[in-house]
Amino acid sequence: MSKVIMTADDSASIRQMVAFTLKQSGYEVVQAVDGRDALQQLGGRKVDMLITDLNMPNLDGIGLIKGARALPACKFIPIIMLTTESQDTKKQEGKAAGATGWIVKPFKPEQLLAVVKKVLG
Amino acid sequence: MMDNQYADTFKEEAYELLAELENSLLELEDRPDDPELIGRVFRVMHTIKGSGAMFGFDDIAAFTHQVETAFDRVRSGKLIVSRKMINLTLAARDQIKVMLDGAGQEGAVDAAVTGQLVAGFKELLNEDQAAAPPAETAMPQPSPSEPPGDENSATYRIRFKPALNVFANGTNPVALLNELRQLGDCRIVAQMGDVPVLGELDPESCYIFWDIILTTAAGLDAIKDVFIFVEDDCEIRIDTLDGDGNAEGGDEAYKKLGEILVERGDIAASDIDSALANQKRLGEMLVEKGMVTPTQVHSALLEQQQVKEVRQERRQKEERARAQEAGASIRVPAEKLDVLVNLVGELVTIQARMTQTAARREDAELISIAEEVERLTAELRDNALNIRMLPIGTTFNKFKRLVRDLSGELGKEIEMTTEGAETELDKTVIERLNDPMVHLIRNCIDHGIEKPEVREAAGKPRQGTVRLAAVHSGDSVMLTIEDDGAGLGREAILAKAVEKGLVAPNAELPDQEIYNLIFAPGFSTASKVTSVSGRGVGMDVVKRAIDALRGSITINSRPGQGTVISIRIPLTMAIIESLLVQIGEDRFLIPLSLVDECIELTRADVAAAHGRNMATVRGHLVPYIPLRQKFAIAGTVPDIEQVVITEVNGTRVGFVVDRVIGEHQTVIKSLGRAFKHVDSMSGATILGDGSVALILDIPQLVRSVEEVSLP
Repeated sequence: MSKVIMTADDSASIRQMVAFTLKQSGYEVVQAVDGRDALQQLGGRKVDMLITDLNMPNLDGIGLIKGARALPACKFIPIIMLTTESQDTKKQEGKAAGATGWIVKPFKPEQLLAVVKKVLG
Repeated sequence: MMDNQYADTFKEEAYELLAELENSLLELEDRPDDPELIGRVFRVMHTIKGSGAMFGFDDIAAFTHQVETAFDRVRSGKLIVSRKMINLTLAARDQIKVMLDGAGQEGAVDAAVTGQLVAGFKELLNEDQAAAPPAETAMPQPSPSEPPGDENSATYRIRFKPALNVFANGTNPVALLNELRQLGDCRIVAQMGDVPVLGELDPESCYIFWDIILTTAAGLDAIKDVFIFVEDDCEIRIDTLDGDGNAEGGDEAYKKLGEILVERGDIAASDIDSALANQKRLGEMLVEKGMVTPTQVHSALLEQQQVKEVRQERRQKEERARAQEAGASIRVPAEKLDVLVNLVGELVTIQARMTQTAARREDAELISIAEEVERLTAELRDNALNIRMLPIGTTFNKFKRLVRDLSGELGKEIEMTTEGAETELDKTVIERLNDPMVHLIRNCIDHGIEKPEVREAAGKPRQGTVRLAAVHSGDSVMLTIEDDGAGLGREAILAKAVEKGLVAPNAELPDQEIYNLIFAPGFSTASKVTSVSGRGVGMDVVKRAIDALRGSITINSRPGQGTVISIRIPLTMAIIESLLVQIGEDRFLIPLSLVDECIELTRADVAAAHGRNMATVRGHLVPYIPLRQKFAIAGTVPDIEQVVITEVNGTRVGFVVDRVIGEHQTVIKSLGRAFKHVDSMSGATILGDGSVALILDIPQLVRSVEEVSLP
């Protein structure tokens, strides 16, 4: 059974790119438009991995990571955050909140896949 | 650009965001301290920047970065929203829209507007933060599933001790270990000494740590990349055990078990020593004494075994590789070659001496050995000099750039073609040719090639051509710089030469000689001084540089059709073929490449010339320079002297000597600083008998005599 990855991002183009790349490699993808949407969906279904943007309306990435870690089903899943080069402090904050790793924007599809493979095993 | 499919989505999204931005900004004008609004503006900028960079809209990303920086400061309370800031941001919003509309079209975006806006934001920030901070390189590279094909593999010892709470971050240590396995030959031992008894065990903590011995060609960075997400909160130690660099003489033996344990910090050296006192198997003893656990010993033994195997394998590989390595090339510092050529030079000198001695002793056996040595020395010399040879093509490429830049600057259309880029010349010669060549090419572009309109009017193609060619001819290389420009102005040169007192006003000169007048010191015909050339220090400097290389330069031109400059350069500067001549007790050398022929000069000939230094050779008058007189050498003049006739720049000039001894392989030694002002000698050499002979600077000698004879 293919693994399920959720992408949470308020930017449709990033979401689309992430979803397309992952689907092509045989992953199932669930999309969420912001942190709140993501957390709601996580409550209802099991995912194997979460890729989240940090800056999102309603609930930002840090909040989403904290919220997800509090859910028993998401306690140990890998969570990858998308950051930009100017957000080194955010990166630390994200790790403290429970993120597994990060991808610096802009990134290429190969880089995304490498990271997914790395954390999903 | 990444993919159009995404680019279109991004554009759509960006247009929406910009519309939202406009509304937010107008609202913000009414409520300048609403954090929700400020956050919204920041997010829009952030998304446009991040997604823009992802999908190839780099200009938009860079520009938006400035706006984002400003709002980041507002968000953190360091900057207050002003009317000016709102205006500026609205203008920036419009500019981003223009950039989106014009994406992919040249010139659709006014860079000046962008620049002004960026400057405006910088002013706003009230600090000259230069550019955006350099992009971070923390992105982990996809790790290769197979080690690259090169043979530079090394063995590493890795201790990976995750933090107790490593699972809380969703990290799966097994995934990382699997990733290591993909890098190369890998042995992993789990160390479980820290696992507590069941009652105290927290199932969500990681008590295990791993010792890994990895042999990979991927390099240290690839290993570090595996741990990139966990390096901050896990204990990771990577030691290089056995790289190519520290193969320790290719010895297959590796460290002893005790040494490995000590190095890893599992046990102190003193413990090992005391344990060694009871000779048993070290591993067993240590375990018995409870100093280390059986797993630790097992792990260390594995390391020992793996390194041994790796070394064994490498030895076999090296032996195989050695057979194939013959064809490869190596880089050698230039000084080493200089030393080699110098030594070969010395050898040539000694060999000449040996040949001479052998001939004098009339010892048949010695003569045959001397001949053998002579043959070998000649081969060695040729080979040594050959090593220093470089293709001239590298300089040609530099000139291409020069032509491109200069022609643009002068508003001319010029193409440069090159031929014979593979022609080889001594490295030093190539280096010293650079400046004169640059000068000549500049002249071609500035004075030679006409402006496009002028060319069209003359019925020539708009685009001028500069042709650069190099070709081997005998022991020298011919360089040709040819342009299809206006050619040299014969009358202008003549008039200028008369004005400068270089020729008599009514002199009748062949065209060739007139053209060569431009090599005279201080001569420049350019009526206008441009930044490119025409400072009047041109061609004589070029000529002197070529002379210093023992070369010659000639110029030829046809009005309206172009100019050809030919440079002849000897292949090497270290050893030349020359003619050994004698005046009194002194011996001199004349570069053979300049020598045309030798004739006899009798007392009767001298008398017939009525005090003019002219000899008649097959009906032609050839001027000569009596060197005995020129160098003030005392002694009696022999009845029959010899004239060595040379040809320099198309003019035949004779040099009177007492005796011509013969050809000589001349290893050139410079004269040293004390003799810098001696300009009729270009160097010296040591002859077979150990005495010193001076090398005549023929072009300079001709020039010095010409200067004296001119008013």
